[in-house]
Amino acid sequence: MTALVIAEHNNQTLNVATLCAVAAAAELSGGVDILVAGHQCQAVAEQAAQVPGVGKILLADAAHYAHALAENLAPLVLSLSSAYSHLLVAATSNGKNLMPRVAAMLDVAQLSDIIAVVSDDTFVRPIYAGNVLATFQSLDAIKAITVRMTGFDAVPATGGAATIEAVAIQADAGLSQFVSEELTKSSRPELTAADIVVSGGRGVGSAENFALIERLADQLGAAVGASRAAVDAGFVPNDYQVGQTGKCVAPTLYVAVGISGAIQHLAGMKDSKVIVAINKDEEAPIFQVADYGLVGDLFKEVPALCAALEK
Amino acid sequence: MTVHSPRVQRAILEDEMKILVAVKRAIDYNVKARPKADGTGVELANVKMSMNPFDEIAVEEAIRLQEAGKATEIIAVSVGPATCQETLRTAMAMGADRGILVQTDSETQPLAVAKLLKAIVEREQPGLVLLGKQAIDDDSNQTGQMLAGLLGWAQGTFACTVLPEGDSLLVKREVDGGIQSLTLKLPAVVTADLRLNEPRYVKLPNIMKAKKKPLDIFSPADLGIDITPRLKLVKVSEPPARVGGVKVADVEELVAKLRNEAKVI
Repeated sequence: MTALVIAEHNNQTLNVATLCAVAAAAELSGGVDILVAGHQCQAVAEQAAQVPGVGKILLADAAHYAHALAENLAPLVLSLSSAYSHLLVAATSNGKNLMPRVAAMLDVAQLSDIIAVVSDDTFVRPIYAGNVLATFQSLDAIKAITVRMTGFDAVPATGGAATIEAVAIQADAGLSQFVSEELTKSSRPELTAADIVVSGGRGVGSAENFALIERLADQLGAAVGASRAAVDAGFVPNDYQVGQTGKCVAPTLYVAVGISGAIQHLAGMKDSKVIVAINKDEEAPIFQVADYGLVGDLFKEVPALCAALEK
Repeated sequence: MTVHSPRVQRAILEDEMKILVAVKRAIDYNVKARPKADGTGVELANVKMSMNPFDEIAVEEAIRLQEAGKATEIIAVSVGPATCQETLRTAMAMGADRGILVQTDSETQPLAVAKLLKAIVEREQPGLVLLGKQAIDDDSNQTGQMLAGLLGWAQGTFACTVLPEGDSLLVKREVDGGIQSLTLKLPAVVTADLRLNEPRYVKLPNIMKAKKKPLDIFSPADLGIDITPRLKLVKVSEPPARVGGVKVADVEELVAKLRNEAKVI
């Protein structure tokens, strides 16, 4: 049987998260198809068609699919599901919103945030803020899965030549309506896809002081993240949050500045390749996971680090 | 006494609804979970348990809606063993009017919980169901969406603002890129994100009062729901431990290590 991956996109560009979900699907024994549901999203279907190892792209183009509303996408996925053994989506906010609704309508369980494929019916997922890894076997005929992006290396974006096939549009459920979106504008790399992430915590002290973190990030070509404490205090927008209930990141280099290292924060970044911590409290738990720890006042050390990087 | 015009009165009536709020008893936020030595599950003996923090936010939101005159009654529901009564009493001490426990000692996975909640919704006919967006034990982030799917209702997940507007609900959601606003047709299911509100502290007199509030108990069989797990736990293990590294003396040493040793910049 074949796996269906539901594409994450903004109607113009295929999100790299989709390539991680395809990577998970590729570890199963069957083929992989991709569903691109959106509005005026032909370009996305064409990008998806270039992903290597994909059989076909199912394209559902309609105005009521524009904003990935779960109430409208779930019946669409349901209408296609009988041909598939696995339904996968990246564990983005859209994916997490959609897949459980689909699973319930199919009367199957969902496996959330898988980080490894053991076999066609058995998967590993972190629970308890990543302090425990659980291996689950699904007893259902269709496996509904969300894929944690940090668990799978994205497949290449090009090299394939899948066919694009339009599928039947399901009616607008009329339950929800998109009103508006306030997206955080940034010229920096996207947090979950960045090679380097610089995050600030409560210790940064204020929204104004976050300019220090941003300066260091820009010097490293990094994305900016934050702990829950920094977001709750209003230093930065919510979408900066790294942790158990925010974003999971696993960059090559993660720099934690003024972050104590609560287990909820560690859950979102401890799979990073190299971790640097800068904190004035040498007892801070973040130092237990950091490869390189610098004990000191961030207001002195961060500007000094920026200066040292310029050399 | 304020006399409202018929139009205003009708508007108020439209705003009146019952709210069902689902609460889970979970490991306390401050406890670090560990796998049992034999790998069959998570060590929960003698571990502090509390209301799942996201559910606490959901209860708080229900109370605020009631205080704003948008809700007539708040019913807290929990699924699990008898000890979940404590969690329901906490919800009632915060301000829920009554509690319902679907009592079972068996494992309940999100799909089963969603089916049980659906059965309660059919009995109670609420206009809004509030839940936390995820429980901090299994980190599934499924139950609210599943319930909405089973009911065929609108869903507002990861909510940071909830505003009733007549027969619809404006929900602002925390999404990957920022904030998204949706209008949902009522009845609807809403799941609470961290910044929806800050839950109140429970006062002692309210804890006493909560003990006298009604609490009904059902079994899954009473509700005609099969809760057999669909996911079989094969094993649990500890993730590979990260070994703490070295302390560097200054930024020059840090930069040198990152360039020459780790080779990441």
